[in-house]
Amino acid sequence: MSAMADAAPRGAPRSMAARMARRFLEHRLAVASLALLVLLGLAALAAPLAERALGVDAEAANLFNRFAPPGAEHILGTDELGRDLAARLLYGGRVSLAVGLSAAVFAALIGTAIGILAGYFGGRLDAFLMRFTDGVISLPLLPLLIVLAAIDLEKLGLPAELARSEDVSLYRIIVIVSLFGWTTVARLVRAETLVIRAREFVKAAVAMGAGPGRIMLVHILPNAISPIIVATTLSVGNIILFESVLSFLGLGIQPPVASWGNMLTNAQETIWSAPMLAVWPGLMIFVTVIAFNFLGDGLQDALDPRAVE
Amino acid sequence: MLRFAAVRLTESLIVLLLVSFAVYGLIGLMPGDPIDIMIQSDPKLTPADAERLKALYGLDRPIVERYGNWLGAALQGDFGNSRVTMRPVLEMLWPRLGNSLLLLGISLALSLAIAIPLGTIAAMRANGVFDYTVNLACFAGFSTPPFWLALLAIILFSVTLGWLPAGGMGPAGGTASLIDSARYMVLPVGTLTMLSVGSFTRFMRASMIQTLRQDYIRTARAKGLSEGRMVRSHALRGAMTPLVTVLGLSFGGLFSGALITEIMFAWQGMGRMIYDSILANDYNLALVGLLFATAMTLVGNLLADIAYVWLDPRVSFRSLEAGR
Repeated sequence: MSAMADAAPRGAPRSMAARMARRFLEHRLAVASLALLVLLGLAALAAPLAERALGVDAEAANLFNRFAPPGAEHILGTDELGRDLAARLLYGGRVSLAVGLSAAVFAALIGTAIGILAGYFGGRLDAFLMRFTDGVISLPLLPLLIVLAAIDLEKLGLPAELARSEDVSLYRIIVIVSLFGWTTVARLVRAETLVIRAREFVKAAVAMGAGPGRIMLVHILPNAISPIIVATTLSVGNIILFESVLSFLGLGIQPPVASWGNMLTNAQETIWSAPMLAVWPGLMIFVTVIAFNFLGDGLQDALDPRAVE
Repeated sequence: MLRFAAVRLTESLIVLLLVSFAVYGLIGLMPGDPIDIMIQSDPKLTPADAERLKALYGLDRPIVERYGNWLGAALQGDFGNSRVTMRPVLEMLWPRLGNSLLLLGISLALSLAIAIPLGTIAAMRANGVFDYTVNLACFAGFSTPPFWLALLAIILFSVTLGWLPAGGMGPAGGTASLIDSARYMVLPVGTLTMLSVGSFTRFMRASMIQTLRQDYIRTARAKGLSEGRMVRSHALRGAMTPLVTVLGLSFGGLFSGALITEIMFAWQGMGRMIYDSILANDYNLALVGLLFATAMTLVGNLLADIAYVWLDPRVSFRSLEAGR
C-alpha cells in the first residue's frame, strides 16, 4: 500500500479527502468566503468584548446624540436613538448567523428525512412526497411566512408570559424558516438515494438481512453526505435573507434585540437625513449571504466525486 | 395532452384547497380577531359576554365547519367584505391583481430578455473573463436583500440624483400621462428584475453548456456553420426548454420579490394588499389575497409544465404520466 502511494507522482494527493481539500483550496473565492465567515462569526461571538473595548453599550440610547457621524467615540456613528451602530451591527450578526445556521440545520434534517424516504421506498410514497415538495416550492412563500410570523402564540395555547418573551421571537423565526427551507435538500437527497440504492454494496447488505432503517442510516446516508452539506451551505444564505426580510417588516426578531433586518426597519424614514444607516446593515447581510453562496459553490465543486481533476 | 393537463389541473386544485384550509386556520390564530377588537372597544364586556358573542358569530363552531361554510360561499363567488372598507373583497382585489401582473409581467420579460443572451454568451466563452464577470454579477444579484436593494435605489436615484420618484404609482391628484406612469415604474421594475435575473442567467448558462455538448451541435459544426449562426438556429431552442421548468417553479419566488418591491415603492399591488390587510386584521381580504397569489403561482407552474412538453418533442405526455 505504501509502496503504491510512494510510486504516485510527487505532489499528487493520496486520499479522497486530500483531493477534496485541494480542489476546495483551488476555489479562491470559496476560501476567501470561508475566512470571512469565520472572522465574522468570531467578531459576532466577541461582541460583548468589543463593546467593552470600545467603551460603548449597544442598548444604551442617548437621545442627545442621535445620528452622530463616525468618530473616535462611535466608530460608525449612532442611529436614530443615539445607539452605537458598530456594536449593534455585531449583535445583529449574532442573531442573523444563529438563525441562519440553526434553521439551515433543521431544514436539512427535514429535507434529508423526506428525500431518503422518497428515494428508498419509491412508488406511491415517492410520488406523494415529491408532489408535496414541488407544491411547497411553487408556493408564494413570503406572504405565507408573514401569516405564520403574525399568528398569536397565545391562541395556540402557549402561556402569555412565554409567548411574549424575547427568546420566543428568535425560536419562532427559526422554526418558521426551516419549515419551508428543506425543499432543495429533499430533492438532492432523493436523487442521490436513487443512485446509491442501486449500487452493489446496498444489494449485498439487503441480502445479508439488513432492514430498511439500517440501510438508509448506515449505507445510504453517509454516502449522500456531500450533496447534503452543499445544499445546507447554500440554504444558509437564503434563510438569512428570509430572516432579514421578516425582521425588516417587523415580524421577525423584535427590537430592542438587534438583527440586521430590523435595524433597517426605520431606515426608510431616516433615509433623507442619514442614508448611511440604511447602508451598513444591508451591506452586512449582502456580504454574509454572498459568502455562504460562494462557499457552497466551492464545496459543490470540491465534494463532487465525479468532478474531473 | 388533454389528459395530462387535466391531471395536473386536478393536482393544482388540490394544492389550492389544502393551502386555503391551512391559511383559513392560521388566520384565525392571528391577534385581533373580531371578538378581540370588540373586547378592546368595550372594556365592560365580561368573559361570559365574549363567549355569547362568539356563539352569535359562529366562532365557537369547530374549525372544519366554519371552513366548510366559508368554502361554500366562496365557491359561489362570495368571499365576504373587507373589515376596513366594508366593500366586497373581490371588488378590491381586481385592480390590485392588475397592478401586480403589470409589475411582474414587465420584470419577467425584462429578466428573460437579459438572461437568455447573457447566459448564452457566457456559455460560449465558458471560464473566460466575461463568463467570470457575469457569474459574479449573478451571485451578487441573488445574494442581495430585496428591501435593501430598493433602499439603495431610492437613496441613489431619488434622494441623491433626484431623477425618479421614490414611490407611488403616479403624481398626486389628476390623471397621469403615460410618461409619468413610466417614471414611477422604473425603480420597482428595475429592482424586481435585478432580483430575478441572476438565477435565470446562471441556469441559461448551465443549460447552454449542456446543449453545446450534444451530437446535433457537433453535426451543425461539422456542416461548417458559424458559431453564432449555430447557436441561434440550433442550440438556443434546445437550451431554452429546461429554462421553462425553472420559470414555472420561480413564480412563487417572483411573487415574494414583488411583495417586498410593492411595499418599498408603495406600488398598489396584491403583495402590498396582503401585507397591509394582515397588519390591519382584515381577514377576508388577506385570505382572498393569499389564495389568489397561490392560484397565480400554480397557474404559472401548470402553464410551464405544459409548455415544456410542447417544446420538447422527446418528452411525451404519456411518459411524464408513467414517470410519476
